[in-house]
Amino acid sequence: MDFLNALVTLANFVLIPGIAYGSQLALGALGVTLVYGILRFSNFAHGDTMAFGTMSVILFTWLFQSWGLSLGPLPTALLAIPFGIVATAALMLGTDRVVYRFYRAQKAKPIIFVMVSIGVMFIYNGITRFILGADEQRFDDGERFIIRARDFKEMTGLDEGLTLKTTQGLTVVTAVIVVAALFWFLNNTRTGKSMRAFSDNEDLALLSGISPEHVVRVTWLIVAALVVVAGTLYGLDKTYKPFTYFQLLLPIFASAIVGGLGSPLGAIAGGFVVAFSEVGITYAWKKVLGYALPDSLAPDGLVQLLATDYKFAVSFMILVVVLLFKPTGLFRGKSV
Amino acid sequence: MKKLLLATTATLFAGAAFAAGHGTEAKVGVILGFTGPLESITPMMGDGAELALKEANDSGKFLDGVMLSPVRGDSTCIDAAAATAAAERLVTTDGVVAIMGADCSGVTGAVLSNVAVPNGVPMISPSATSPALSTAEDNGLFFRTAPSDARQGQVLAEILTEKEITEVAVTYTNNDYGKGLADSFQAAFEEAGGTVTLSAPHEDGKADYSAEIGALASAGGEALAVFGYTDQGGKGMIQASIDTGAFDTYIMGDGMYGDQLLADLGADMEGSFGTVPWSEGEGTDMFNKLATDSGLNPDSSYTRESYDAAALIALAMMAGGEATSKAVAENVLNVANAPGEQILPGELGKAFEILANGGEIDYVGATGVELIGPGEAAGSYRHFTVKDGKYETVEFK
Repeated sequence: MDFLNALVTLANFVLIPGIAYGSQLALGALGVTLVYGILRFSNFAHGDTMAFGTMSVILFTWLFQSWGLSLGPLPTALLAIPFGIVATAALMLGTDRVVYRFYRAQKAKPIIFVMVSIGVMFIYNGITRFILGADEQRFDDGERFIIRARDFKEMTGLDEGLTLKTTQGLTVVTAVIVVAALFWFLNNTRTGKSMRAFSDNEDLALLSGISPEHVVRVTWLIVAALVVVAGTLYGLDKTYKPFTYFQLLLPIFASAIVGGLGSPLGAIAGGFVVAFSEVGITYAWKKVLGYALPDSLAPDGLVQLLATDYKFAVSFMILVVVLLFKPTGLFRGKSV
Repeated sequence: MKKLLLATTATLFAGAAFAAGHGTEAKVGVILGFTGPLESITPMMGDGAELALKEANDSGKFLDGVMLSPVRGDSTCIDAAAATAAAERLVTTDGVVAIMGADCSGVTGAVLSNVAVPNGVPMISPSATSPALSTAEDNGLFFRTAPSDARQGQVLAEILTEKEITEVAVTYTNNDYGKGLADSFQAAFEEAGGTVTLSAPHEDGKADYSAEIGALASAGGEALAVFGYTDQGGKGMIQASIDTGAFDTYIMGDGMYGDQLLADLGADMEGSFGTVPWSEGEGTDMFNKLATDSGLNPDSSYTRESYDAAALIALAMMAGGEATSKAVAENVLNVANAPGEQILPGELGKAFEILANGGEIDYVGATGVELIGPGEAAGSYRHFTVKDGKYETVEFK
């Protein structure tokens, strides 16, 4: 019984939040890694693109809600995602046409692209705040929980409760679907293969007749889709506030770099590594150990490795350690 | 034209004569964060203070016709250097004899030590609540009409003792306010025999507080005390706790009091409780009427305290018989506390008369002013509980 209690506590406070957060980071990191692999720069505007994409989803959600559309127990935002993707894709393709293409034609160095993307970041930043403001927005509806702590306790008779939010379940399911679709696309379609070829060796790809502009366009489209899905899931599961999306940049980049920049599989692994480190290192293990260990060994202290104030430092630490010891990341991406 | 000239000269002469006779004007600094995080409530606070000064002038009984004129300065609420510069200008260039302000605890401390103390200018803050200010080196120059959070910590601890809750976890917003309140609560609660299992800060403006809640839940406790802001991390913490089923009851500090909180979190807040500074009674009613008549919103936060702060400055000058810094510093406590005739808002004229005749007054004002310890409001708190999705008053403490 004690062992079950330990397991439930662990699942409730570490596993479930970690998996949901990891999936959101993985989707974000996939976008970063694709841009890095194909356009060859670190896109600092990624977080604010997410904010913009989520904003469009929110606006469409409100529109649908005012029409009385709903998905029953699921959030209406799911319906709005395709429309959000269209809006975001339009914005990104427009930016590429007006900004990035100019620098590509000049064969600018990657660092110039990074600086340019910071400029783009500020502009997106402004657009989002101009349209929706800087405040927190709520757009979730439908059933909030799949399992509630109280119901779980009554059901199982355990001392500890377990909650599973609809948004957490949704996050994981959606992430799996999106990632599967992405990998299928990269491995089995002509465009996907040309993207991988372009990423591996640009000159060879050009020689074999792959149109770079086409590859770039498709990349932006895919990134738009990933960004909107990731942003919407994060917003549904947590809260939407443009500034927190900007802050997400750090864990997202940490995930992409840990996994290996340019490696899609690495981005996913990296997302989970970062998420579980953040949650696990700052978690106070007292309760879990108290259940799992015999009474004589039960800890008095909190057994917390790092106070939660340092949560964001964990991403930094991982970033530094990986860059020092394995600059190409876990899955052999490009070195930074 | 001739008439106009004549009139102007006459006024000038009259003015000059007036000046010669009475020293005409005394300036009072109104230093509030007119820009920055508090910019939505400071205009009303400034108006509240100026309402009191105007009342003193209009009474015609203030120090044989000395006119009090407010000079505004911007404290920015967060930038200590900017606040110090603004106060410095008010004191050295404008020559203010007393300061009504500042608003936020951090800048108030800065203005006090950098400007007020070196220049010997007294300050009365309407809204700085940090316990640290109680022990600040002030040479008897600092007063406040807002209660210190140390008091709120005690009140909360008393409520918990009455409810027989002995073990709580605490989370506070990571700034002077949150830390001060959490520390004073912990001290008072532990003295009363309670246990704080973990006191952990949270940062405002984050999207996800599940890690923080995980640690607090692991530490355990019958309830979670949240000393944060209702539209910031405080709400996020409660949300995360509800989502994980970590705690069922929440104890809230004054920063958590807001209707939006209940609208957003709904039924899960049932049975939670907390405190918020509140005043009620004859003085409050009088002020509400006075403010409404002048087109002011009396319910805006700290408007009442601002009125009282400015009124105390005027009364202290009257009691000292001169419009100087020294008179204010020496007489604030005398006019604010018993013994004496009780003075409500709108009765400043009556108070001046009593003081002029050598009598004593006990200024009650809009917030039931009673200055204790080093010159800060004792404060009365409303103990509220959440019932049927609404705040319900349990009692006043």
